[in-house]
Amino acid sequence: MPYVVERKPLTLSERIYLPQILAGMRVTLRRLFAPNVTMEYPEQRPAIPTGYRGVPTLVKDPHGREKCVSCQLCEFVCPPKAIRITPGSVEDQPDRTHVEKGPQAFDIDMLRCIYCGLCQEVCPEEAIFLQNQYTLSGYTRAELVNDKAKLYELGGTLPDQHFKWDKKKAAAEHGNTH
Amino acid sequence: MTAVIELWSGLHPLLQAVIKGLAVIGVMFPFGGACSLIERKVSAWMQGRPGPNRALPFWVAWVPGIGLLQRLGVFHLMADGGKMFFKEDPVPGHVNKFYFYLAPVVGMIPALTTVTVVPFGAYLNEAGKMVPLVLANLDVGILAVFAVSSLGVYALILAGWASNSKYPFLGGIRASAQLISYELSMTLSVLPVFLWVNVPGGNGTLSLFDVVSAQNGAWFGLWMPLSAIVFLVALFAETNRLPFDMAEGEADLVGGFHTEYGAMKWGLFFVAEYSHMLIGSGVFVLLFLGGWNPLPWVPLADVAVWLHLTTQPILLGLLSIGIFLGKALFFIFLFMWVRWTVPRFRYDQVMKLGWQKLLPLAIANLLFYALLIAWIQTRN
Repeated sequence: MPYVVERKPLTLSERIYLPQILAGMRVTLRRLFAPNVTMEYPEQRPAIPTGYRGVPTLVKDPHGREKCVSCQLCEFVCPPKAIRITPGSVEDQPDRTHVEKGPQAFDIDMLRCIYCGLCQEVCPEEAIFLQNQYTLSGYTRAELVNDKAKLYELGGTLPDQHFKWDKKKAAAEHGNTH
Repeated sequence: MTAVIELWSGLHPLLQAVIKGLAVIGVMFPFGGACSLIERKVSAWMQGRPGPNRALPFWVAWVPGIGLLQRLGVFHLMADGGKMFFKEDPVPGHVNKFYFYLAPVVGMIPALTTVTVVPFGAYLNEAGKMVPLVLANLDVGILAVFAVSSLGVYALILAGWASNSKYPFLGGIRASAQLISYELSMTLSVLPVFLWVNVPGGNGTLSLFDVVSAQNGAWFGLWMPLSAIVFLVALFAETNRLPFDMAEGEADLVGGFHTEYGAMKWGLFFVAEYSHMLIGSGVFVLLFLGGWNPLPWVPLADVAVWLHLTTQPILLGLLSIGIFLGKALFFIFLFMWVRWTVPRFRYDQVMKLGWQKLLPLAIANLLFYALLIAWIQTRN
């Protein structure tokens, strides 16, 4: 509903204007001595809220085993096509032989990544997480492509509630593969 | 110390003049730089920021306590100055080269010239008489200041015109219109002071030193507050400081008159602006706030007697310079304080304020004090 803003006539001190400036100067003087609100960035870092979507990383389970099984769902879902996975076997990982597959190479091009988090959402293995890191810089384009080693270095280890493949292995050993 | 004085007075007058000239340049240039740094710091603190606090040359980083200077941004002064001197100085192809190069020089000349006629301290000579510390003690004092400092606007007009582009041109036009509008009120507001100083039957004088001598008792600012306010407002306009920042007006004129300038040519405009600010503040202090007299009704001569400095001309001179500069620097701070408080006026508001408010006020003020002073000085 339209309404009319009431325009009050200016008071004398408002018309003289100088008292108003003095009032403003009082405010700025108080600000002059007030503590700064700036965070001095590289030394001070902001607190990262939970659920923050930072740089996507690959994580290991609490036993230090690789979780990714290179199903390539993240590669397919990634809207800007930032993820490139070369699937490989896990023969060189004796504690994971029952898993059958693992990534031979896993590259995320951070120049393409849009931090949407779809890879984390789609991952059936809970192997890829967008964690807290929010700064990245490099001198070349190649530097900003995170390879598998870099992704595991960034990701570290996260707690696991399921140990899915241990259960699968135990079931298989008891003759029940499903 | 007497040897120094003798050596100085033994020098050829021409050599003395050259040394004085170099001293002016040597003081005003670093001062301009320091002011720009203080401006950055003050603005930062008022806006809740720390301001420039990073630069630290690696070869002094080991000095203990240097961190404090770093936090105060002192080394940014060197960094900024160095940048200004060494960065590329572009000259657009469409400018009128001769006047384009001339404009910053024309800006600096009045800024550096007016300093010479502003007394900045005083001492007692052997005869117990106050002697001003001033590079050129002219009888016409205030007239010289007004006459020369107003020439500074030619730099703005010249820069605006020579840039041969729209926004600088508008900036130059605005600068000239603003200067003309406020120069009148400024001059009129000063007249009551000189009406009082020039007592009937006495020697006529326009010297700023005599104005300060006349303020051994009450300062003029105390009993001519309206003059002081009109002068101060006009001073803001004359020095192109906010809220009268018409000539630059970066919101509507990109950068105003200095849009096409870069590097040291741009820097010269700002050294000139800060010099004008310092001179303006100094003249205001001399006219209305007792110059080097520490307090109203407490003249410097009395202080000298209390501190037993009557026979120490150099110490007393330094004391008076300190008092004077302290007051002037407060006004530099006031300029910055107001800048970060009040937004810029619109151009028509500036004109309206100048012609319809300030000028009638200045004339009424002059009439009132003319009658008052005539009544007081002819009473007996």
